[in-house]
Amino acid sequence: MCLAIPAKVTALEAGDMAVVALEGVKKRISVALLDDVSVGDYVLIHVGYALHKVSAEEAARTLALMAEAGILKEELEEITGGAA
Amino acid sequence: MKYVDEFRARDLAEKLAVQIAAEAKPDRTYHLMEFCGGHTHAIFRYGVQDLMPENVKFVHGPGCPVCVLPVRRLDDAVELAEKHGVILCSYGDMMRVPGTKQRSLIKAKADGADIRMIYSTQDALKIARENPDRQVVFFAIGFETTTPPTAVAIKQAEAEGLENFSVFCNHVLTPSAIGHILDSPEVRDLGTVKIDGFLGPSHVSSVIGSEPYEFFAEEFAKPVVIAGFEPLDVMQSVLMLIRQVNEGRAEVENEYTRVVTREGNLKAQALVSEVFELRQSFEWRGLGEVPYSALRIRDAYAAFDAEKRFTVTEKQSREVKSCECPAILRGVKKPTDCKLFGTVCTPDNPMGSCMVSSEGACAAYWTYGRFREPAKQKAEAIA
Ligand code: SF4
Repeated sequence: MCLAIPAKVTALEAGDMAVVALEGVKKRISVALLDDVSVGDYVLIHVGYALHKVSAEEAARTLALMAEAGILKEELEEITGGAA
Repeated sequence: MKYVDEFRARDLAEKLAVQIAAEAKPDRTYHLMEFCGGHTHAIFRYGVQDLMPENVKFVHGPGCPVCVLPVRRLDDAVELAEKHGVILCSYGDMMRVPGTKQRSLIKAKADGADIRMIYSTQDALKIARENPDRQVVFFAIGFETTTPPTAVAIKQAEAEGLENFSVFCNHVLTPSAIGHILDSPEVRDLGTVKIDGFLGPSHVSSVIGSEPYEFFAEEFAKPVVIAGFEPLDVMQSVLMLIRQVNEGRAEVENEYTRVVTREGNLKAQALVSEVFELRQSFEWRGLGEVPYSALRIRDAYAAFDAEKRFTVTEKQSREVKSCECPAILRGVKKPTDCKLFGTVCTPDNPMGSCMVSSEGACAAYWTYGRFREPAKQKAEAIA
């Protein structure tokens, strides 16, 4: 539950919502906690909210590490398993 | 070094391990508390302890949101679902935590209570919109990372006029817990828990910033290094702590500058202080009552406070007898000190919250350390 996962913003929607792409999975999340989010930004997502922006390199590094550790799959399941 | 093989940066990890061994003075010990369950998890998953010299030890802290929730609050949530007939929305981690008489949310659900596992507070709002004739309660738990999403949901419910939505608020604060641990008799007087420095939480700090820790560093003369979740981050931070200890410094340093700033996420902080205020006191599992350590919903948003909307009964809540979670959460005991560990209590059949959450110390020991600790002890006994 402490983990946050990086993802790329692919679309901005009304009501502070955004669509992010995560390993080919599309997920609707809230960007209400951040100012000035743009399409193409990488954000760290925690319980369905973008907590902060990260660089593309940091996002790639974190994802690779999570994949190697086998955490990525679990996190993706948690994210896609919720009533979205 | 088996565990290091599992990640790509193994060369770097080995270099850091050599550096740590070189700088840790052999004539003293370094007890470093990782406050956050995410770090506990990373330390075990990657076998970081194995890369440390004998005199550098991790003390596991209480930073697992599921683990520190007192049983009474969980019993209250079960009562909300069972007696008041609400739709109770909970994060997944909480579902299997045993309450009094081992009653968990998942058991209550199996018995017919309407309990829904959600991923985001947005899901709870959606359920409230879809069920206008039902009361929907979000069982809010967690530290500073999950609090802002709860604040957003409450504000959104107000804006939409979602009158059937409320929040059972159990949000707690990291800095107060660290202060409480440093002030505890075990640390201050008895010396049963030794702490020479802290690994500060990653994502919590991204929200609150590094500034709130400056107080402890000064007041208690303990160094704090805010550490990322990756094993290399943890090792780099250990090195930074060792250097501070060696040089007699007690400062707040930030290893995780990739994400954490001194002031944190100001927008999130503003939302939280708009919706929540400090409770005078809140019970933590393991730590007992901790003053000013939790949040409650401000009067302006009282309409969305489940504690005001529903009256729960006074109850005699009880932990599972001989579960050592409370002592483990204070750093006084280790999971292997618990009689039930690995026998009666396993992740499939958890007796306490520390075994349920993957961030709990018992679950981490079981999953990654179960066979190593006894083996190491044996090796030490023979040597
Ligand atoms: S092993 Fe189980 S019973 Fe023992 S302290 Fe851990 S969670 Fe509690």
